[in-house]
Amino acid sequence: MKARVTVMPKSGVLDPQGKAIGHALEGLGFAGIGEVRAGKVIELELAETDPARAKQLAEEMARRLLANTVIESFRVDIA
Amino acid sequence: MMRAGIILFPGTNRERDMALALARAAGRKPAMLWHGEADLPAGLDLVVLAGGFSYGDYLRCGAMAAQSPVMRAVREFAGRGGHVLGVCNGFQILCEAGMLPGALLQNAPLRFLSMDCHMRVERSDTPFTNRFQRGQVFRSTMAHGDGNYFADAATLDRLEGENLVALRYTTPEGEVTEAANRNGSARSIAGILSPNLRVLGLMPHPENQVDPAIDGTSGLPLFESLAASFATA
Repeated sequence: MKARVTVMPKSGVLDPQGKAIGHALEGLGFAGIGEVRAGKVIELELAETDPARAKQLAEEMARRLLANTVIESFRVDIA
Repeated sequence: MMRAGIILFPGTNRERDMALALARAAGRKPAMLWHGEADLPAGLDLVVLAGGFSYGDYLRCGAMAAQSPVMRAVREFAGRGGHVLGVCNGFQILCEAGMLPGALLQNAPLRFLSMDCHMRVERSDTPFTNRFQRGQVFRSTMAHGDGNYFADAATLDRLEGENLVALRYTTPEGEVTEAANRNGSARSIAGILSPNLRVLGLMPHPENQVDPAIDGTSGLPLFESLAASFATA
């Protein structure tokens, strides 16, 4: 079972990297760009075969290590 | 005489400067402790997490080190009232380990900042600052990519309400300004204390300023404060 953990800076947490990407895109001539946020994606291969349990497990991993919930939110997708 | 131990993680690189600073102030060399140890040696007064790039800053600065076996022992040591100092990457590890609140984000200007900074001592009645005067400003050095202190408004209010902000970035004259707060830290916070005042985390490197022959001794009082706290122990 594969789990994809998407980690994003929480709303309200300054994301200077996202801002810089936005500025760079404007510099390239792209117009109409609103807020840009940059996060990370972590893919996990899990031995677990039950999707609900796999999701639960990946969420536990995200809470304990993959995301710092002081500054980041996360979402788990199972495939 | 103070018994200190410095934890070595793979990627820690400021342990020798830290050891010199502690030895100079306390007259005894600190022990070097490997991160794989599940227990700390008995009789330690102070555990130090020195600067560097533990585990290559993978995932987030300090995230991997916070999960290492020795950090469980450090957490228990602090729980029993032990003193812990975290400098730079050590501060990041303390936050990741949940021993201090908040987190260190990427510097607001998106650059690694390696330069002098000035800090104002917000209280002098702690084991780390008793050789400073309250309101005293001292020069030190910052060298970090992720030193932008962040916590939610409620946590910041609690830190200020409980007087747990130990150090703030200021101008040499002691003024809090946006320009003096190079990394963008919330409320110009450079260092914070635990509620029992025995855990201090700060981003700058006072261990850089302990030798008159190199860069002056403006950081030495921090280590002398610790030595004084344990002088009779």
